[in-house]
Amino acid sequence: MEFSVVWDNLPKLLQGAQLTLEITLLSLMIGLVIAVPVALMRRSKNPLLWMPAYGYILYFRGTPLLIQLFLIYYGSGQFRPELSDLGLWGLFREAYFCGVLALTLNTGAYTAEIFRGAIQAVPAGDVEAAKACGMGRILIFRRIILPKAIRLAWPMYGNEVVFLMQATSLVSVITLLDLTGIAGRIISKTFAVYEIYIMTALLYLAITYAIVFLFKRIEKRLNRHLA
Amino acid sequence: MKKNRLHILLFTLLLSFSGLLQAESIKIRMGTEGAYPPFNLIDKEGKLGGFDVEIGKALCEAMQADCEWVTSGWDGIIPALLAKKFDTIIASMSITEERKKQVAFTDKYYTTPVRFARPKGMPIEITDEGLKDKIVGVQSSTVAENFLRGRFGEIVEVKAYGTQDEANLDMLSGRVDLLLADSFVLGEFLNSKDGQSIEFVGPAFTDKKYLGDGIGIAVRKEDSALLEKLNAAIKQIREDGTYARINAKYFDFDVFGE
Repeated sequence: MEFSVVWDNLPKLLQGAQLTLEITLLSLMIGLVIAVPVALMRRSKNPLLWMPAYGYILYFRGTPLLIQLFLIYYGSGQFRPELSDLGLWGLFREAYFCGVLALTLNTGAYTAEIFRGAIQAVPAGDVEAAKACGMGRILIFRRIILPKAIRLAWPMYGNEVVFLMQATSLVSVITLLDLTGIAGRIISKTFAVYEIYIMTALLYLAITYAIVFLFKRIEKRLNRHLA
Repeated sequence: MKKNRLHILLFTLLLSFSGLLQAESIKIRMGTEGAYPPFNLIDKEGKLGGFDVEIGKALCEAMQADCEWVTSGWDGIIPALLAKKFDTIIASMSITEERKKQVAFTDKYYTTPVRFARPKGMPIEITDEGLKDKIVGVQSSTVAENFLRGRFGEIVEVKAYGTQDEANLDMLSGRVDLLLADSFVLGEFLNSKDGQSIEFVGPAFTDKKYLGDGIGIAVRKEDSALLEKLNAAIKQIREDGTYARINAKYFDFDVFGE
């Protein structure tokens, strides 16, 4: 074991970790924006609303993220003329865009399911009581359902964030130099497989614990009235 | 031709008898990648083939060894050898100083230069100026990547792919301006239906500093007996014409080099 290799390459690894964090945050934020309406559509009784939401969730939860990445990145390459006509090729040309798109759509589907479950789990009694008080539908959603659903969804959502962060390691297959991509490159030069992967694993572990810690703190705050 | 077949049949029979008599013919697990045509590939029927594999089989015959073939992803092929998933790597691996720190190499069994390729008619010259800020696709962990980063790393943007096929795909979709790879492998792509719009450009680079001493078979450092056997077998197939026969199937020149 040669740990000087790790020390020499730590700045590069940290650079990779920065891209990992960047992609994670970006995908999470856009994914969340997608997830909330999809969760509501999924609960709707109108087939024009729930069917597309159902199809989207089914596809993105039912296929491996790696395949989604390949489809979006190499698949878009096959439709270059069409995408150029639409003026979208400039975006799809970039591995960064394709990576974030795949991760966003993937986490959007999972998060939508988490929220749907949480909304369904809000006790019917709470809603009835609100109705009895004369609240309208929107007011009930805003004051009763949403706060309760967020509290219920929070721990599961924290899980999803951790999963997504780790799933970003897959973007290295479409040439992005995230933490895993950089580690692979260093290893191809130094052959220090164990040293570099151990350090890489430790960095992922550190990021995961930072996320878990943050979510715990927020969870405590969300439930402070129950303590 | 028929006579030749008969010879081979007799030879095989003889081999199997000698195998019985010896009682312990050596067992070797040959490792290769299976995704680097025409050198090693998995054909439409799912069978392993290609120049490396045929040479490997000829070597096994010459060593009277009982060989089993194992495939591994390129990135993990040296670690897999060290972890004893197989005993040799015969996968068009260039002999380099860096790799010699990890594994031992036989003498070369062929040599190969690297070349650039561009979309047909694209005015890109292979000079320091002509290459400025061009995006070059290359398979990662190959000598082509080392050469590119070492020789042109400051000038071009390097885009490294897990497999050559992926780099080729991105060439076709226009995400890279140039490809750099083993000239045989690139030639294969250029001759394929998809590669018609791509052409070679610039000289064939044989820089020993990056490209090493040709292509060898890697074994674990402690397996020196196997290494000697392989070296003797390479000599043997060069001398008895087996090499020339396999060579002729794939290339119209002697790929062994001088």
